Amino acid sequence: MEVTLKIFRYNPEKDKKPSYKTYKLEAVETDRVLDLLEKVKGYQDGTLSFRRSCAHGICGSDAMRINGMNRLACKTLVRDVGTRITVEPILGLRVIKDLIVDMEPFFDNYKKVMPWFINNDPPPEKERLQSPEARLRFDDTTKCILCACCTTSCPSFWGSDEYLGPAAFVNAHRFIFDDRDQAAAERLKIVNEVMGVSRCHTVFNCTLACPREIQITKAIGELKMALVTGVLS
Amino acid sequence: MNIHQYEVIVVGAGGAGLMAGLYASKSAKTAIISKLYPTRSHTGTAQGGIGAALGNVEEDHPEWHTFDTVKGSDYLGDQDAIEFMCTEAVPAIYELEHMGLPFDRTPDGRIAQRPFGGHTNNVTGKPVPRACHAADRTGHMILQTLYQQCLKNNVTFFDEFQVVDLIMVDGKAAGVVAIELATGEFHVFHAKAVIFATGGHGRIWEITSNAYAFTGDGPAITMRRGLPLEDMEFFQFHPTGIYKLGILITEGVRGEGGVLINGLGERFMEKYAPKVKDLASRDVISRAIYMEIREGRGVNGQNYVYLDVRPETVNKYAALDGRKNPDGSPYTVTGEQILAKLPDIVDFCRVYLGVDPVTQPMPIQPTAHYAMGGIPTNKYGEALADEKNTVVPGLYAAGECACVSVHGANRLGTNSLLDLVVFGKYAGLRAAEYAKGADFAPLPDDPAGFARAQFERIRNADGTENAFDIAVTMKKVMFDDMGIFRSGKGMENALNVVRELKERFKHVRPTDTGSIFNMELMNIWELGNLLDLAEVTTVSALARTESRGGHSREDYPDRDDKNWLKHTMAFVDEQGRIALKYKPVVITKFEPKVRTY
Ligand code: SF4
Ligand code: SF4
Ligand code: FES
Repeated sequence: MEVTLKIFRYNPEKDKKPSYKTYKLEAVETDRVLDLLEKVKGYQDGTLSFRRSCAHGICGSDAMRINGMNRLACKTLVRDVGTRITVEPILGLRVIKDLIVDMEPFFDNYKKVMPWFINNDPPPEKERLQSPEARLRFDDTTKCILCACCTTSCPSFWGSDEYLGPAAFVNAHRFIFDDRDQAAAERLKIVNEVMGVSRCHTVFNCTLACPREIQITKAIGELKMALVTGVLS
Repeated sequence: MNIHQYEVIVVGAGGAGLMAGLYASKSAKTAIISKLYPTRSHTGTAQGGIGAALGNVEEDHPEWHTFDTVKGSDYLGDQDAIEFMCTEAVPAIYELEHMGLPFDRTPDGRIAQRPFGGHTNNVTGKPVPRACHAADRTGHMILQTLYQQCLKNNVTFFDEFQVVDLIMVDGKAAGVVAIELATGEFHVFHAKAVIFATGGHGRIWEITSNAYAFTGDGPAITMRRGLPLEDMEFFQFHPTGIYKLGILITEGVRGEGGVLINGLGERFMEKYAPKVKDLASRDVISRAIYMEIREGRGVNGQNYVYLDVRPETVNKYAALDGRKNPDGSPYTVTGEQILAKLPDIVDFCRVYLGVDPVTQPMPIQPTAHYAMGGIPTNKYGEALADEKNTVVPGLYAAGECACVSVHGANRLGTNSLLDLVVFGKYAGLRAAEYAKGADFAPLPDDPAGFARAQFERIRNADGTENAFDIAVTMKKVMFDDMGIFRSGKGMENALNVVRELKERFKHVRPTDTGSIFNMELMNIWELGNLLDLAEVTTVSALARTESRGGHSREDYPDRDDKNWLKHTMAFVDEQGRIALKYKPVVITKFEPKVRTY
């Protein structure tokens, strides 16, 4: 079948402003949008620039707006989106070139929630024990691949990139609800700041956008609940 | 020219690079340079588990792990290094847990373990649960955890910097040259010690589980600097890749009881490995699948077989095998348990195949997966200059780009994650220690000159050839003739084709003439690395007239310990000519034996 790809193009060294270019190519239903981008780059226009690595939805490199939805190009097949496909960079982050955006504000927000394990007791000789139930408590949020699909679909983040955003909340959740960790209170304080969870209006964009199917809004709800009740259950 | 100075430079930010950086930075001024954001690294795709004889589920011992790894390597692994790795495995796993890694848990709260191919109870010969896991995203959790620890400890990163050359002064490492992707500018990183942790080169092959980034940058760079590459002919084909796409389906599926089924509905591994069946070593299973397909027993006459983890199938064969739970009850699974234990596998199959593994079998075929060969090192991660094991002062390598050799001719599942944690750590420690006692060697006059010349050549080529075409041709011939089964004739063909492609490559020019994120230019340079490594791989393989582990020749079907119990060391001179030398395998406790499963 023939597929028409309309791709957002911007080269800061040449273009005054962005434009769209259209490419036609042969594809099959099971081709990934990433395969199509690779073919365009390989045979039609080598200047097309984008990030990618794993090609199966696990490294988080290739978040893009595909037909208006934030998705990973490698985890979106032609059969999911049809034969007329528009590809644009994710929103809310500065476009550097074509589909490549400046990820720094996103990672800066991630780092603000202290996304690392904190337990200042001397470790035992073997593993710290943790019950399967306690482990399950934060299972969902350990899946995050930091792709930014969620945060860049969030109206509050479009309003200000100072807003921590759902990805940062997800990673705060991962540690706050880990019963081996000792810094829950500190992290809760961070997510409770001006640019924190209070700015989340439960629009659900983030949950719909997450390629790892993390229940982001639920996790944010749990953070809000913990802030109100002070209980981590 | 941008010049930076660090005592230790780590190249690559996957598991090995992060571990090295974490340890080196404890005592030396260290920076990690990576062409990807660290969390994009290929370590994150590892699924099933990391091996260590914790004995949390059943009796187990590091000695058993050692023997299994030696046997898995088809006796080509160096036994001192293997013993070191398998012994270090136990504290390494506890250390990861102390860093917060969310391993799955046993009912009594300890780290959960599952069986994996080639890992056995050395008394009964039956599979032993040795793979410590976090669902089927163990690599993801290791990568995340190590990156988090690096952030916690303020390790310095240069993200999206592509390292393109190693600076050597008087036979010692003195730094690296990198291109900053965002600007296209060259940077010189002056260092006392350099650690390569750049990962594998599986993008040489058509069907591969490997990320686009796996273009063998480290080995290609050191090789151009006259250093040898060890055992490049040994490349692992993982038995279970998603049909046509090559995406990895973890061996953990078989660890949980999944079985391989041919087009006649037979569980064919019974014939090839009567004792451990579907949990034999990867090379053995990949060959078996290939034989089934060749003899017309693929599914629907096609080039694939089924991997079946539907509860009814698992339960049927578990009962036939007499598999038991630790408490002695018969082993059974439900659909929900499969979903809970293998969520990503279920997701991949649904997305890419439209198949639900809980109710349908998965079509699979072997996929290029792991480089056993690479930059030769000793067990402390110190890079070696020759077949006499002379250490290159200041140069280290760890993880998939290195060859210690702990994997020999065939790696066991779960041992790659272990390798990168253990040897990443020791490379980091050794490099920092070395840096403390060494001075910065004065940089050569034009430290970026050699790299700049390579890029000038690419930018000024005549543009009569297409890089994508060259890549497609290389991948195909390497998969057909340098894949699971090889023959002298096929390999000669592959070598001729690769050499032709190297000529054609000289005419490739990027259409993108810019500086900012010129990915086309970078990808062309990476293709050059793949072509160089494809040639070394093929030359090394042609010379080895035997079959061992992942190197299986139809014209020499037997292992030949008399002539070939030795490591290949391939050197490339300035004219591009490849010379092969050899060095003995280190044998301590285990005399080579016939290998059956
Ligand atoms: S639910 Fe909250 S975080 Fe998610 S998109 Fe809506 S406002 Fe943003
Ligand atoms: S929560 Fe989901 S969408 Fe957001 S960064 Fe993580 S994986 Fe991506
Ligand atoms: S390329 Fe890794 S997530 Fe798409």
